[in-house]
Parts: sequence; structure tokens; C-alpha cells
Amino acid sequence: MIRDIWTVAWREWKELFSRDGGLSGKLGLLIFAAFVGIFLPWQLGAAWIEAPWVTFFWAWMPLFLVTAVTADAFAGERERHTLETLLASRLPDSAILLGKVLATVLYVWGLTLICMPLGLVTINLTHSEAGLLLYSPNSLVSLAGLSLLSTLLGSASGVLVSLRASSVRVAQQNLSMISMALAFLPVVVFRALPLEWRAGVLLYFMEASISEVVIMLATLLAALDITLLLIAMGRFRRDRLVLD
Amino acid sequence: MTACAIRTEGLTRTFGSITAVSDLTLEVEAGTVFGFIGQSGAGKTTTIRLLLGLLEPTSGRAEVLGYDIRSEADKVRGCTGVLLEHSGLCERLSAWDNLQFYARVWKLPVADRWDRIRELLDRLELWERRDETVAEWSRGMRQKLAVARALLHRPPLVFLDEPTSGLDPVAAAALRDDLAELAQNDGTTVFLTTHNLAEAEKICDRIGVIANGELKAIGTPHELREQLGSPRVRVVGRGFSEQVLAILRARPEVRSVARENGHLIMEPQRQGSVAPLVSILVGSGVQVEEVHPMRSTLEDVFFSLLGEEPVT
Repeated sequence: MIRDIWTVAWREWKELFSRDGGLSGKLGLLIFAAFVGIFLPWQLGAAWIEAPWVTFFWAWMPLFLVTAVTADAFAGERERHTLETLLASRLPDSAILLGKVLATVLYVWGLTLICMPLGLVTINLTHSEAGLLLYSPNSLVSLAGLSLLSTLLGSASGVLVSLRASSVRVAQQNLSMISMALAFLPVVVFRALPLEWRAGVLLYFMEASISEVVIMLATLLAALDITLLLIAMGRFRRDRLVLD
Repeated sequence: MTACAIRTEGLTRTFGSITAVSDLTLEVEAGTVFGFIGQSGAGKTTTIRLLLGLLEPTSGRAEVLGYDIRSEADKVRGCTGVLLEHSGLCERLSAWDNLQFYARVWKLPVADRWDRIRELLDRLELWERRDETVAEWSRGMRQKLAVARALLHRPPLVFLDEPTSGLDPVAAAALRDDLAELAQNDGTTVFLTTHNLAEAEKICDRIGVIANGELKAIGTPHELREQLGSPRVRVVGRGFSEQVLAILRARPEVRSVARENGHLIMEPQRQGSVAPLVSILVGSGVQVEEVHPMRSTLEDVFFSLLGEEPVT
């Protein structure tokens, strides 16, 4: 089973890099890396490492990046007429689904992880007066963990949408809306709360340590990830995919 | 392996009010090339999807290589190769990567992978171009690569859905020869759908004719021609006037009569009734020089089953 998942992920990676291997693909990746890995750290200085909100930026940012990649998972295969042959192979349903999720997660999370040391180098070069600036071990684990869970959330919801989307464009449109909703829903919900509740929430966050908040967020993301993956596995039906 | 590669009993699939496959009962012997012929929309592709367990039958049952298509669909897919309506190749990848992927899917031992891919690409004359992306290739080359992919893991049974569709006659003939050779060398059972009757006649051991989801006839090409083909004769001579034709058409033992390239083509109701008809011709003043029995083609059989006249 693990081998089958890797096999599917292997092909997805090959396809991803051949797709992004063109000039526009490379340029897009370079712009992203330059913005998150150089421009933002350069502008924000030490705050890029020390400010508590940066942890949540890393949890939020992959959601936008992942939609561009994951929309292709099934809708793209359907458009290119490769899906039915894949479904007619011996690969189990879960291997096809999880292989696609794994490929997207590794791609986007890998890109995120590359931007972290790039940001450190940028800060230490542009703001050297403060001495050597490094992430604390706790913060490094939080950033890597939250961005992984967030990427998994984006990937699982992407695969779920892509399963039924008639085209990559439709999948991308739906995913953009979902990622916007996922990113801004907490703000909307917070503003909709009665004033006393809002005060209570704010008080909790002011009194809670950053570790407590990270653990709470990570638990929430993990629960959402598992739920979405289970829903996607439940909706993966070969006959529906063939007829769609 | 069972002696019967495919066995279906009353296999039926409906989509709403449309019956795509109706009460299909057939057997395909192991090691043979079985041709499933029919027009577009006749139910050929749906039959393949049913046999692969990609679609659930509405009723009836089927076994492929001894596995039930409802409860053991994963086992069916585990020991078959396919070339479906579309080649299913990843066009962004090279031919080598396409075959590498499916070699991994079929868990070919690493040591065997390279040799098997080389063997197939060599036989299909694609080895030199293995590193090119498939998107750069002609349709004929892609179909060849898809055939290689279907046979990569040496499956005992291969489903090929219109493998030569969209190819020019030369490419189609080359692919047909490759296919026949590959299947023969590996002893593979081939379930082939096509609407190319000449192709079916050339490479198939047995043929099933499907129309509107129903199996109309099944047998070897020879059996079908014998059972369903009409016993036509070509009469060479002079004096085939309209009056003579009218006399023949009035005879109850004549099914049809027509002039073709100065000859007379007669279709008697049954074999053996030709001699009296020739006597009538001679009696009507026709100078009969030669009488040739005409061999029915699969095309004649097909059109007679469909109740249509062949397009000439």
C-alpha cells in the first residue's frame, strides 16, 4: 500500500515538474520564493522571526499556494483522458487518492520549507546590527508543523473538489473560494460573536501562551485534515469517476 | 488459469431509460483474439468497463479469468492490461517515464523492468525515441506506446478498445501486425473492440457482433460468413437488360439482383438454386460466359445483421 502511494506520488511529481518546468512555471516559483523568502523578511526584519503572528502566517499562506497545484489532481486527469486508464489499473482507491495528496503536500510544503532558511539568510544579511537571528526550536517546530497541517488541509480539500469538478478551471475557481473562506472564516465568525464573547476570546488569547494557541490550532487543523481525507475516500468511486 | 478467459451471463447495464448492454451472454476462450464489433454507441466500451469492474452491472454476472467482476473487481484489474478509448498516456512525460510508471504500478521487479521496457520499445521501433515527451509524437506512435503499456506486465488478458481508431491505413496495418505478433508471442487473450470489419476479420479468432447493446451473433469469421452471409453469384456475360432483371426479380427464389461493372450479381434465397436461374437467363437470350460464387465478407454479415445495405 505504501509502495503504491509512492508510485502515484512519483508520477504526480514528474508531471508537476514537467508542468512547472516551462519558463512561466519557473518564474512563478521564483517570484513566490523571492516574495516570501526575501522581500517580506527584508521589510519586516527581526519581526519576521520573533513576532507571534508570523506563526499564523505560515499556517495560512500554504492554503493559497496549494490550490494552484491540487486542482489538477483529478480534474486535470479527466481533461487529459488519463484518468480511466489509471482507474483500470491494479492500484487501490486509497493509493490513488493518498498518492495525489502526498505529491501536493510534499511539493508545497517543500517550497515553504525552502522559504524559511532563505528568510533567515535575508534577515541576517539585511539586519545584521541585531546580531545573529535564528528561530527558536519551539518556533521552528510550530512553523513547520502548522504549515504541514495547513498544506494537508488545502491538498485534501483540493482533491475533494477536483474529484467532481468538470475541468481544472472549475476546480481552481471552487478552491479559491474555499481557501478564501477557510482563511477569513475565523475573522468573520469572530466579528459575528456577541461583544462579551469576543472579549472572552481575546482575553483567552492574551492570557494563553503561544504554545497553547499553536497546539489548539494544530489540533483543529489535524481534525479537519482527517475529516476531509475520510470524506474524499468515501466519495472516491470508480464508476462515478469514469462516467463523470 | 481457466480455459475460459471471459464468461458473461445475462450481463445488463442501463443508464436511466437507456440500455447500453442488454442480456449479454458470451464466452471467450483463453489464448484467443476475440473481436467485438459494432457501430459507435453499440455498447462495446460499456462492456469493457463492466468486465473491468469499472461499472457495476444492473443485472447479470460475469467472470474474468475466474474472478467475479462485482466482488473481485480489484483482482480482475490486477491481471489484465488495457488500452481504452483514449491512449491514457501522460503526454507531459517521456515514453520511458510512462512505461516506468506502469512498471512500478504492476510491481515488475526492478531488474526485469529495464529489459521488458527495452524489449517492447524495440519491437515497436520506439526505443530510439524513448526520451521524447509523448506530446511530440504522432497518434500512431502513441497508440503503439499504449499497446506496449497494456502488455508491459505480461497480462494473461488484454482489453483493447478501438486500438486502430483514428490511424491512417498504413499505421493501422502496422499496429495490427504488431498487436497480433505480441499477443501470439506472449500467449495473451485479446478482447478487441472495433468497427473496422476488415481488421476484425484479419486478426480475430472469434467475433461477436453487438448492436443496440444486444449480441446479435457470435462465431469464427468463417462460421459467421457461412451462417449469415448470403450465397451470391457473379454472372459474366452479355445481354443483362432491364427486362431480364425484371424477370429475375419476379422469381420467388431470388432475393436480390443487380448489375455491377457490366456483370450480374444475383443473390438467391438459398444455396443450390443457382442452376435454374442460370437456365432462365439463357432462356431469356443472355449469353452466359462464366458463373462465379462470391465469398461473403464480414461486412455483408454485419450489415445483414443490422438489416441495412452496405454503403458502396
